[in-house]
Amino acid sequence: MRLIVPLRGVIQGRGGLFVGSLIPCCLFYFLQLYLKRRRPPPSDPTELPRTSSRTNLFSRGNSIGRVRVSSRAVPVAKPSDSPYYIGLERVKTDPYDRIKNTDGIIQLGLAESTLCFDLLQRWMSENLMESMMQSDDGEFNISSIAMYKPFEGLLELRVAFADFMSRIMGGNVSFDPSNMVITAGGTPAIEVLAFCLADHGNAFLIPTPYYPGFDRDIKFRTGVELIPVHCRSSDNFTVTVSALEQALNQARKRGSKVSGILFSNPSNPVGNILPRETLQDILRFAQEKNIHVISDEIFAGSVYGDKEFVSMAEIAGLGEVDKSRVHIIYGLSKDLSIPGFRAGVIYSFHEDVVNAAKKLMRFSSVPVPVQRILISLLSDVRFIEEYMTAHRQRIRDKHIRFVEGLKQLGIPCAESGGGLYCWVDMSSLLTSYSEKGELDLFEKLLTVAKINATPGTACYCIEPGWFRCCFTALADEDIPVIMERIRQLRESSRS
Amino acid sequence: MTRTEPNRSRSSNSDSDKNSGNVGGGRTTGMRVIVPLQGVVQGRGGLFLGSVIPCAFFYFLQFYLKRNRKNDESDNSGEQNSSASSSSSSPNSGLPDPTRSQSAGHLTELTGLPRSLSRILLSPRNSGGAVSVSGRVNCVLKGGDSSPYYVGQKRVEDDPYDELGNPDGVIQLGLAQNNKLSLDDWVLENPKEAISDGLSISGIASYEPSDGLLELKMAVAGFMTEATKNSVTFDPSQLVLTSGASSAIEILSFCLADSGNAFLVPTPCSPGYDRDVKWRTGVDIIHVPCRSADNFNMSMVVLDRAFYQAKKRGVRIRGIIVSNPPNPMGSLLSRENLYALLDFARERNIHIISNEIFAGSVHGEEGEFVSMAEIVDTEENIDRERVHIVYDLSKDLSFPGLRSAAIYSFNESVLSASKKLTTLSPVSSPTQHLLISAISTPKNVQRFVKTNRQRLQSIYTELVEGLKELGIECTRSNGGFYCWADMRGLISSYSEKGEIELWNKLLNIGKINVIPGSCCHCIEPGWFRICFSNLSERDVPVVMNRIRKVCETCKSQN
Repeated sequence: MRLIVPLRGVIQGRGGLFVGSLIPCCLFYFLQLYLKRRRPPPSDPTELPRTSSRTNLFSRGNSIGRVRVSSRAVPVAKPSDSPYYIGLERVKTDPYDRIKNTDGIIQLGLAESTLCFDLLQRWMSENLMESMMQSDDGEFNISSIAMYKPFEGLLELRVAFADFMSRIMGGNVSFDPSNMVITAGGTPAIEVLAFCLADHGNAFLIPTPYYPGFDRDIKFRTGVELIPVHCRSSDNFTVTVSALEQALNQARKRGSKVSGILFSNPSNPVGNILPRETLQDILRFAQEKNIHVISDEIFAGSVYGDKEFVSMAEIAGLGEVDKSRVHIIYGLSKDLSIPGFRAGVIYSFHEDVVNAAKKLMRFSSVPVPVQRILISLLSDVRFIEEYMTAHRQRIRDKHIRFVEGLKQLGIPCAESGGGLYCWVDMSSLLTSYSEKGELDLFEKLLTVAKINATPGTACYCIEPGWFRCCFTALADEDIPVIMERIRQLRESSRS
Repeated sequence: MTRTEPNRSRSSNSDSDKNSGNVGGGRTTGMRVIVPLQGVVQGRGGLFLGSVIPCAFFYFLQFYLKRNRKNDESDNSGEQNSSASSSSSSPNSGLPDPTRSQSAGHLTELTGLPRSLSRILLSPRNSGGAVSVSGRVNCVLKGGDSSPYYVGQKRVEDDPYDELGNPDGVIQLGLAQNNKLSLDDWVLENPKEAISDGLSISGIASYEPSDGLLELKMAVAGFMTEATKNSVTFDPSQLVLTSGASSAIEILSFCLADSGNAFLVPTPCSPGYDRDVKWRTGVDIIHVPCRSADNFNMSMVVLDRAFYQAKKRGVRIRGIIVSNPPNPMGSLLSRENLYALLDFARERNIHIISNEIFAGSVHGEEGEFVSMAEIVDTEENIDRERVHIVYDLSKDLSFPGLRSAAIYSFNESVLSASKKLTTLSPVSSPTQHLLISAISTPKNVQRFVKTNRQRLQSIYTELVEGLKELGIECTRSNGGFYCWADMRGLISSYSEKGEIELWNKLLNIGKINVIPGSCCHCIEPGWFRICFSNLSERDVPVVMNRIRKVCETCKSQN
């Protein structure tokens, strides 16, 4: 009774409230401090005794002494469990060849095009060396390619790129070379934008199904989350503002900050083209919520349908909203079928983003010799016109053949007008209408039918049974082989 | 119940006795309201409650203050760049929470406080607000543009020296590129056909492994073996090719350290580390100063001290980055040094990143270049796994525009992680094929390395002798494109300010761009990095004359 005087003081109201609180607080605080200091040693027990003991005892071969990599590198180092990458790996082990390996796996998982190799081949053989070694005064000079040049790309290349982009987008929009940063492909472009627009732990809204590679490109190093906004086959997988709104509100409720919307147009994997109204709605929505819009337009030149492609740059240029939130990604890997060149571009209306991206290009710039080739390739207007016409025509033909083949098997495709792939509804082949059933079918396609197509699960599609099939690397005679394999798979699963 | 009743009445009695002078209202509240604490007196679990309640208050207060403070900081850091947004949102700044601004008000200026958070919450329909970029990009945006390193480069870009065209221009002695030395032979010995053969359509128009073709890896391994004078054989399967040494170092930083961890870096060091390591990975650098008294050799004692100081501050050290040949000094790390380094890393269980981008540019007679790969060649796996080597093809091939470098690591996880990460900084196929045709012939490689060394040596000797005549000593350099010149005699005050003054004079009066030691984080003022690989022998007298002019102005002022 008498010992705990300080606390009793409270009752007497004579400064005891202060003392009575302070003393237990101090005790508690010191306890906390004590516990904290005690904690570190047990937290890494594997590490601490080891180092000292090894040097003392000279037991060098001790297997516990391994140095560890960073915890964020561990998930990167692990083999991927996404069917997209599993499929790609499997094809490498046993690729189909019309003559040498007729039992191999046919690649329908990689969006690359071999349709216009003949044209490219011709151009390269005529112009390659000249374009690379050429200097301003027309003389052969290696220092024009060997020296350090601005990381964001030579001005000539940016001008050529701007012209090319405006050309393939129908000439409705012009691009300003000073808003442009040349990157080593679309992948670094997306990563750099994610780094610039969102902090670690922030999120982007992304309509599903989406390109499975985004998971790597964005999440690996930047720590930005992707929040799927589900689209359905009933809307032909076109995103709606109400779905965006709902996803945004849910994300905010969970406490994550949404920094932007990322989508591809023409969409990958569906291949549909976003209509002008939808683009306007998205931009207005972004304006209202004050978030960024990233439009991945890497397939803009591979449009073959009747629908007109509209670039986000055009919508932003209307002046209705603040342009600075609009960022566009483009690259030559798909439209010019030169993925080996690793040439992409960030086009942003935000000055800070352009400046930051320029500086970050020290990590992924395009080598000067490659830039030289690209300058002459892109400025060769006659070739570009010829190429683009052929490119579109040949994709259209191949698309018709491929879709027709599937139709004869009773397998429908989603309506599409762009891209190097189609979005195939194989739900009739599923054993159970679920994700598991889809993965079973993927496995069967890969091992029995020996076809690698990307299942919708890898693209975060919520409806099971959809597969992305890339058809532009196929020869005409391959298509019947694929159809025959799918038919056999269906027969065998029925019996 | 019956037993406590008298107790309570007794205590209240004693209270009322003592408080008899108080106002009546105060008496009743004093007795009845603060019941939990009163329980203490009665000894019935009150001790616990009486402690827990104020503790909880205190704890939450602490917590609250902590959270508030963090927001302020991040907001302030985000503030500078988006001035437009702050002006539009400043009217709202008083709104969020009166207690918050009260508690934090005196800590920081609150101008930027509500911007990022409250703007969205309070005025969602605000159409005038500019969208803000991410907070972490601010350090990239601001990133050292005012540092002499970049100011100097800019000046050279604007007004470059040309013997005929612009004899008054600024001479570039700041950038490690090698244009006059060996390019000519390089081209002559590789006829056009050899290059274009590699560049067939299948090579450039389809997806190829982004971490490098096997052919190229074999050629690079061969080249590295040649550059290290066959003392060690490099295994192509341990190579990952990246687009430039910057991205190689960035990828290694990402793989070896988590955000908030740190690397030890002996200084003076390459100015680029600040960007390569820190920008995107969130890894910190702890500089470990070396002194001219030790000839800028690193000492294990200082490393040890830095390690423990960091540990005491709660920073986890994951590795040490060394350049060999050291940039900017150019002296070579001896075998003993490397063993000591390995022992240090082993004791502390940390990684070693050995930056050997100038391995093929060793020009001195006396020094022998020893690669870290050779040191660990005989060691067991456990020690090899901590060693990672960065090698830059563009430096040694005098071809910086090619932007290709390699990571050579003994660690499986690092290799597989960095292979995947190279999709984010790939070497393009044309480059790969160009390199294959350039370096896959051993005879060419030998010849190339030899010519390169001879030319570097002759220009280095000439430059150092010229500087000596002017009374400027350089540290003994055996490798790399630099000499590390001691201009302490020329600076007006022995401080960083004096150094920058001299640098300004060199740039404006002498019209030469050199790198001041402060950019390399050297702690002693008055040292300058002079990159000589840009110069032809005819340029050396011009440089000397210009430096002499600066010397004279310095002396006349003193």
